[in-house]
Amino acid sequence: MSASKAQAMVTDLLMVDAAPAEDAAALERLALWALRQYSPVVAIDGADGLVIDTEGADHLHGGEELLVSGLINRLRGRGLTARAAVADTWGASHALARLLAVETTVVSAGEVKKAVMGLPTMALRLPAETVQGLRVLGIDTVGQLSTMPRAPLTLRFGTEPARRLDQMFGCVAEPIEPIRTPELVEVAKNFAEPIGAPETIAKYVRRLVGQLSARLAENGLGARRCDLFIHRVDNTRQHLRAGLAKPVRDPARLSKLLCDRVETIDPGFGIEKLVLVAVFAEPLEERQVTSSLIEAEVADITPLVDILGNRGHRLFRVAPVASDVPERSVRRIAATAPDIGEAWAVKWPRPTRLFANPERIEVIALLPDQPPAVFTWRGKRRKVMRADGPERIFGEWWRRPREFQAVRDYFVVEDELGERYWLYRAGDGIDPETGSHLWFVHGVFG
Amino acid sequence: MGYGCLHEVAGGGGGTVDGAAAALFVAGIVARSHGKVLWCMTRPDLFFPAVAQAGLHPDRVVFCESDREEEALSAMEEGLSFGGLAAVVGELVRLPMNASRRLQLAAEKTGAMGIVLRRWRRQNEASDYGQPTASTTRWRISTLPSERLPVAGVGRARWLAELMRVKAGACAEFEIGAPDAKGRVCLLPTAPGRADQTARWRNLAG
Repeated sequence: MSASKAQAMVTDLLMVDAAPAEDAAALERLALWALRQYSPVVAIDGADGLVIDTEGADHLHGGEELLVSGLINRLRGRGLTARAAVADTWGASHALARLLAVETTVVSAGEVKKAVMGLPTMALRLPAETVQGLRVLGIDTVGQLSTMPRAPLTLRFGTEPARRLDQMFGCVAEPIEPIRTPELVEVAKNFAEPIGAPETIAKYVRRLVGQLSARLAENGLGARRCDLFIHRVDNTRQHLRAGLAKPVRDPARLSKLLCDRVETIDPGFGIEKLVLVAVFAEPLEERQVTSSLIEAEVADITPLVDILGNRGHRLFRVAPVASDVPERSVRRIAATAPDIGEAWAVKWPRPTRLFANPERIEVIALLPDQPPAVFTWRGKRRKVMRADGPERIFGEWWRRPREFQAVRDYFVVEDELGERYWLYRAGDGIDPETGSHLWFVHGVFG
Repeated sequence: MGYGCLHEVAGGGGGTVDGAAAALFVAGIVARSHGKVLWCMTRPDLFFPAVAQAGLHPDRVVFCESDREEEALSAMEEGLSFGGLAAVVGELVRLPMNASRRLQLAAEKTGAMGIVLRRWRRQNEASDYGQPTASTTRWRISTLPSERLPVAGVGRARWLAELMRVKAGACAEFEIGAPDAKGRVCLLPTAPGRADQTARWRNLAG
């Protein structure tokens, strides 16, 4: 469309000159951001896209769907509109992201053929004249093209359409060459004979880690994230990623993290190249250790946090929140966060186990402020021998307007076996505005 | 309870499912130690303000939540063999002989205290607690009616702590009061209808 035609169609059209070089630079910055955040294998796809190999990285974001929707939302937060697709092959996800009008598409494994059959032939990353030529022949969709005999097609348009079709359906490998910047610290080892035994792999990983930490020490850096790429003889590639809570260049710790998972590598017919990259490095300065003469030193547990965190455990500490509502009084913080120093100021007894969902109970109780005499919980009738309460907790109207009048009255009760429970009544017992007057058990004391 | 070995603690009655009393008992013990504590679990329903009231500061505890029981076991073993931790607590349903032996050996090597807090899905599954394991001691904490107050109300919680098994020692039962703000349990001097407890406690300690 020419500029004059566009101006005729839209009033007050603002025209800006295209700046392909700046666009490319911005895309590269975005690719480097994705490299740190999402997966070790990220590359630029055409002039307007990124391709990310999410295999083995999606569970860190809660699955493929959450990964792509989270990615789109984060980009939207930065003022970028994007569309994303997850599929088995680069070709298929390239086509689906560009040609479907929805924001996120996730195609489950093995469903690629069904998903791309109806797409137009321009989805195949073919030159414009080939697409035009196919249209002259009456071939509009990928499905039609894939049923054509290959020989006449190749005779007329060259090998390109067949190659692109095979790439889309995953019949031909299409490795993604990840982007690299000059400041990334990278070491590699080529093998004259392919290796395969886990012990051998571990041995070379240790050597590579030694070289990497020497390089990091030269630059005064410590690694926060390390990627190990394994190139196999059949031209496929796998990767291991090790994340660290604090910058590290201690070879023993780094190699333990990587060698921990050497068993998960499938060497196939052999490995011909190992590459180790410190994707994310931060300045690390030598620190003077104080003498332990005065007070006993508390061991640093960051190595343990790294080991467990890389195995997929969720590590956290808890910290107090100034809130009377019990389920809001605790928040999770990172395991290696600096010490908070303070604990909960509440002096009233609190249950050891708190149920995420308070459980309904049937009670016999005198309103408004007597504890129950009898309650039935989980099908068992319990007689209350002793009780303490009520401890009244008001809703936090500054968080949610619905809690403006909400009240909970908590009671500590003890049954005839000596088991102690934390019960509450929604509402103050007089005014129905304050709650439903139903009773719940919220926790169990020791 | 000694360092460098594995202990098992379970609740009695309804406590076999929620393990509330047992968790507080464990919290009181690890509160008396020095250093960081790793607390492994699969069901995150521990309410930390209660544990903090037993003297365990939140800065000292690193929680490790796993999806599966076996992963929690491996995290416990890694924590015990790490060294530098005061105690490693794990909330587990099953504790097979091999797993308990691995944990015991790891604890012996580094001198950290390993505590397995047994919690079952249903109360009738708790008969599993009779199966032999390699742990040094085995406790069962059941609730008793709380301390009597001169006024209406719930007093300090009381527990029946049964030492069901101990390597090279005799089993015993104690009636104790729940941990105070420094994690100390109190031994009730005489229990109604029972012999003097303190002498037996001293025998055990000596």
